[in-house]
Amino acid sequence: MKKLVLAVTIALLLTMVSGCGDAQKGDAVTINVLNWGDYIDDETVDVIKLFEETTGIHVNYTTTASNEEMLVKLKSPDSIYDICFPSDYTIEKMVAGDMLHPLNKENIPNLSNIDERFMDLPFDPGNTYSVPYMWGTVGILYNTTMVTEPVTSWKIFWDEKYAGQILMYDSIRDTIGITLKMLGYSVNTRDEAHIREAEAALTAQKPLVKAYLDDPIKDTMIRGNGAMAVVYSGDAVLCIEENPDLAYVVPDEGSNVWFDNIIIPKTSRHTAYAEAFINFLCDAEIARANTEYIGYSTPNKAALALLDEERIADETYNPSQETLDRCEVFRDLGDFIEVYNKAWTRIKAA
Amino acid sequence: MVKRVRNFFKGTYLGLMLLFLYAPIAVLIVYSFNASKTMGNWTGFSLIWYRALFGDAMIMRALGVTLSVAALSAVIATIMGTFAAIGMHSMKKGTRLVIENISQLPVVNPDLVTGISLMMIFAFIGLKDGYTRLLLAHITFNIPYVIFSVAPKLRQSSNELYEAALDLGCTPLEALIKVVIPDIMPGIVSGFILAFTLSLDDFVVSYFSTQGVENLSIYIYSMARRGINPKINALSTLMFVAVVTLLLIVNIKSIREERAADTQRRKVAKKTA
Repeated sequence: MKKLVLAVTIALLLTMVSGCGDAQKGDAVTINVLNWGDYIDDETVDVIKLFEETTGIHVNYTTTASNEEMLVKLKSPDSIYDICFPSDYTIEKMVAGDMLHPLNKENIPNLSNIDERFMDLPFDPGNTYSVPYMWGTVGILYNTTMVTEPVTSWKIFWDEKYAGQILMYDSIRDTIGITLKMLGYSVNTRDEAHIREAEAALTAQKPLVKAYLDDPIKDTMIRGNGAMAVVYSGDAVLCIEENPDLAYVVPDEGSNVWFDNIIIPKTSRHTAYAEAFINFLCDAEIARANTEYIGYSTPNKAALALLDEERIADETYNPSQETLDRCEVFRDLGDFIEVYNKAWTRIKAA
Repeated sequence: MVKRVRNFFKGTYLGLMLLFLYAPIAVLIVYSFNASKTMGNWTGFSLIWYRALFGDAMIMRALGVTLSVAALSAVIATIMGTFAAIGMHSMKKGTRLVIENISQLPVVNPDLVTGISLMMIFAFIGLKDGYTRLLLAHITFNIPYVIFSVAPKLRQSSNELYEAALDLGCTPLEALIKVVIPDIMPGIVSGFILAFTLSLDDFVVSYFSTQGVENLSIYIYSMARRGINPKINALSTLMFVAVVTLLLIVNIKSIREERAADTQRRKVAKKTA
């Protein structure tokens, strides 16, 4: 017993020493990056490592799972983060809360690689605070062996033919948003009557729905266990690669187009280094590596030009301008979000 | 006949219980060898996820943080908790009960409350280093469990042992090290193992108390938006195998020791007879 305890203690001490070494490396400048999980290439091109090698700036890279968590982490009085990747409407919230550092664009010459179509968006006019990182649409992923008719409208989710084979996305704004679109309203409506109508529609649809899911939607669709689902275009790309029977469409009524963006919080003490990091991510080769690894669409037109033709021609990955024109970006709804929340709770409880 | 039926039901019940406990782990292990990225879509046996796992610097770093925090916090909490328990044991009954109850309070406190209060105190004292925060947090929630497993052992052992050691010429420190601690060693070891596993498992307290540092549970949670990678299945499989091996070693050892003690006792009994 004694020997065992001794052996365990020694093993533990060894792991401790190696662990401590990791925690505090060198005394070069360190920037703290807070990204979504699995949202940067670390396989084909190790982006973080390459940045460290080329610039000598050390990166402490951590991840999180939602916009709300990013907001909480950046709001904390002793926040240490220098780079973060919030979505469109969260940026609006951050701007309203005076949480962002206005970018010094002289430090980001690669900004010229970004497609003008994705600059100057409503949530950050003039890109004062943010640079788009990834984007995509929300649409219908359907199995062509089960759905043979042409899919053009969100209304197909209410078609009784497909009862028990419909997968809805377990996310307030996305699901209420597409319902509002089907009814002909804006995804950013602040009219309570519109929300009530959407709530009634979703409640009426519930008996047809197989399940409200988030991430497992992908696996379920790949396995062929659902006829149709609400998904992000980037996830659709991955699903179609795994199961060629699947197809993706953005319905005629329009949909949501979303952007994840790079920002520097006001609390950052290394803004010039953070800007160097943004510039690095906007480099054509780096942006290509990231979009190929993640599967989401890149706003970087120089990177897009480097992709293989098949990918560029893929309407799911790279939708036409005509499709984009039908789509709206989410806006921050302020306190009105409570109306959405309450409707959502009632739908889920129904 | 009745006996056979009874045995049959006993076996079925046991089987069902084990199935219930281990089926999820079995599924996870099987799919860690899947060639496809999708759960539930078996495309062939492959070790790609194991290779990818060891090539993934971020997972390896998170694993390093988890293991080092578990080891350090368990060692420190075991030392602090053991001495706290010994101290409490020698208090007067009234004070002892009060202190013991206060020290057990954090055990019933929800993790969420512990995590948020730690987050606030770290912000308040201006402690920025994420690793130190994580370590302190884990030591904090580990100490009560160590006390919890050491205190009963102290109650079982008698004070006379300590007094005898003093009579035989030990200084109090020597008596503590040579007599008291070996006597309560099983409690200390189980306290250590408990602390180590609790630290390994923890998500909620870690998530709120630290920043800029990721352990495995935070890392895996953050993957939720894009989907859990089969690399995580491979990692979980390896960790499961490691824990089972460790348990087997410990159990086999203690069974052997028990047998040895048994034969010893029988020999003594024979002699006296």
